[in-house]
Amino acid sequence: MPNSAILISVITFIYGLALVFYIGCWIFKKELPGKLGTWTLIAAAAGNAAGFVLRWIESHQMGYGYVPLSNIYESLIFFALCVAGIYLFVEFKYKVRTIGVFASLFSFLAVAYASLPSVESNIEPLIPALQSNWLIAHVITCFIGYAAFAIACGISLLYLIKSAENNPASGVTDRIPDLDSLDDLTHQMITFGFLFLSIGIITGAIWANQAWGRYWGWDPKETWSLITWLIYATLLHARLMRGWTGKRIAILCCIGFAAVLFTYFGVNLLPGLHSYQ
Amino acid sequence: MKTKNKNGTAIERIWHFFASVRLSVVLLLTLAATSIIGTVIPQNADPAAYERKFGQPVYTVLESLNMFDMYHSWWFRLLLCVLIVNIIVCSIQRLKSTWRIIFPKTPAYQPERFRKSAGRVQWQAAGASAEALKKMFEPYMRKHFRNIKVENPPENQGIMIFGEKGRWTRLGVYAVHFSVLLLMLGGLIGSIFGFEGYVNIPAGETRQAFSLKNSNQTQKFGFAIRCDDFNVSHYPSGRPKEYRSDIAIIDNGKVAVTHKLRVNAPLTYKGITIFQSSYGKTPSGSFNVVFTDNEDGTRITKKAAIGETVDLPEGSGELIIRDYSNSFSLRGHNMGPSFLGMLKPESGQPRPLLLPVNHPSFDKMRGGQYQISVKDVEFIQYTGLQIARDPGVPVVYTGFIIMIAGCYVTFFMFHRKICIELQPEDNGARILVAGISQRNRTGTKNAVKRLAQKLDRMARQTGKIS
Repeated sequence: MPNSAILISVITFIYGLALVFYIGCWIFKKELPGKLGTWTLIAAAAGNAAGFVLRWIESHQMGYGYVPLSNIYESLIFFALCVAGIYLFVEFKYKVRTIGVFASLFSFLAVAYASLPSVESNIEPLIPALQSNWLIAHVITCFIGYAAFAIACGISLLYLIKSAENNPASGVTDRIPDLDSLDDLTHQMITFGFLFLSIGIITGAIWANQAWGRYWGWDPKETWSLITWLIYATLLHARLMRGWTGKRIAILCCIGFAAVLFTYFGVNLLPGLHSYQ
Repeated sequence: MKTKNKNGTAIERIWHFFASVRLSVVLLLTLAATSIIGTVIPQNADPAAYERKFGQPVYTVLESLNMFDMYHSWWFRLLLCVLIVNIIVCSIQRLKSTWRIIFPKTPAYQPERFRKSAGRVQWQAAGASAEALKKMFEPYMRKHFRNIKVENPPENQGIMIFGEKGRWTRLGVYAVHFSVLLLMLGGLIGSIFGFEGYVNIPAGETRQAFSLKNSNQTQKFGFAIRCDDFNVSHYPSGRPKEYRSDIAIIDNGKVAVTHKLRVNAPLTYKGITIFQSSYGKTPSGSFNVVFTDNEDGTRITKKAAIGETVDLPEGSGELIIRDYSNSFSLRGHNMGPSFLGMLKPESGQPRPLLLPVNHPSFDKMRGGQYQISVKDVEFIQYTGLQIARDPGVPVVYTGFIIMIAGCYVTFFMFHRKICIELQPEDNGARILVAGISQRNRTGTKNAVKRLAQKLDRMARQTGKIS
């Protein structure tokens, strides 16, 4: 097992610890677990980034030298980093810690999944089709988009929890920001994610055109990325043109993220050119 | 009056139908939902395989709905056409009604809207008169905003400075929709004028034509491709590292281009793009066909090659070697490298014959007088090239750029109007900074906050000086 993979296994626990702190901050309504959560998550993200860079260095030491974004293991590591990074930016800007529960949960699940023995963590050199700079651009932009959608889904879940609360006196939802702010933040995350998903699909199309001679071939992964894009496009039109807000947008946002997850994991069960991922 | 009849004429009703965003939402969701089908049912596979999988009745129904090539079916294309019309009609409709609002001759500012706007900032600047502040703020506004207007509202003694920014960004959304049309147009151009195909060239040989995808036809390049060399290199683990074909384009009898063709590094010549796609082995020259008598086991060996005819022993007919396949699939079983032949006995019907190189006794089950097999086959390596021509690509790539730029402008830039109101007070002035925007309220609030901080710093300096 490469050293970077050992580091990532350790990072899994740090993400888990951040999750515990964020939950504690929500339940006990105290500042201290919240601050601990933030700093633990920063540490986990820094370690995650170090793991990414270390793997890159290790690939060079083995004589292959590639940006580690070529298989499911490497993409999970990068996904966890993107979620943590984008969330920390949101927390810094809006001073909201409840979203941290979902952000640290998603990052934790991603690295925990990557650390499973069934996921190949060895550094393998790139087969010819993957030797392209468009691949790097494609994976980076797609996963920034996916991470933004993950956080948007987390915010939407908060929205649904808060709006379903019948008894505000219980105080469970006290720390969740007001519904309007959540709605606005979801929208910002989705527009950001939509831009990056669009760039991701486009760079993927350019890469496909260079490697296989067609920019679009309706292979299951391509088609599912389009389905995801169409769902978020629907959401944007419903919101901006038909005035949808709140609960309906939150539900659409969760459906969109389900499509993201299927594009990411589910498609590997279907046949196609992307099945090596 | 047109509006008297609520539904209007037929044309108006059709126009109204296509001008609805509800239709767009329905179309986008329908496209998303139907697209799932083609990811669950593998597309463009062997009809026989579908029949085995689904059974005859289901297969017939699915086939009649073009489910095995659904992305090119009439109904999927119809959905795309409706979407195109929807986009065009919606854009015309909206531009018609908003063009004058977006680009009026003189932009209007309504003071009351600013005074009530969310996120407005107010504070008192001591020691600076409204007039002095105006002299300082106005040039600043002129530098950073457009369509500056300075007014003295009749209801008080104040001064109002208006300005705006990013009016053009309201067109971003039209750029995104235009880019979708470009993508579809590029796709259409590609499907009409483009083609996809493949050709296998053994090292040292030249080819003038290639096979078209999903058909039995071949097409000429208009030039020739010679494969000078082919190499596969592997990593120590055995994974392929690089496929490389050294190819030469021969045009009018002369070598026009030589290129080291690799995966991800195609060559385009006269609009035709050549991709390194696969490699494999193909029989070279002649080999031996062995006829074993099923009764006494005597063997007769004859030389053969693809496309040649071999006489059967004792003049009992002839065998034509018609084709070769690297991995012939017989009822789902891979028979490996195999020759395909046609057996023409002197009497009786001709029948096809399969001669797998690695299974010499395969032909035994046919029965008859002789069991036929092949041996001494020599292989040479060939390179598998993919051939494509798609004149729609430049249109599609233009669409890509416009889409990215349009999305950025639509989501992250916005039109905002800003107002600074200065009201004289006993000891200085009262400053109000406010902004209104159609779309991005949060962004406008932030912009107002930043502008207020900037103006506050400027005001403090004057306060000190005076």
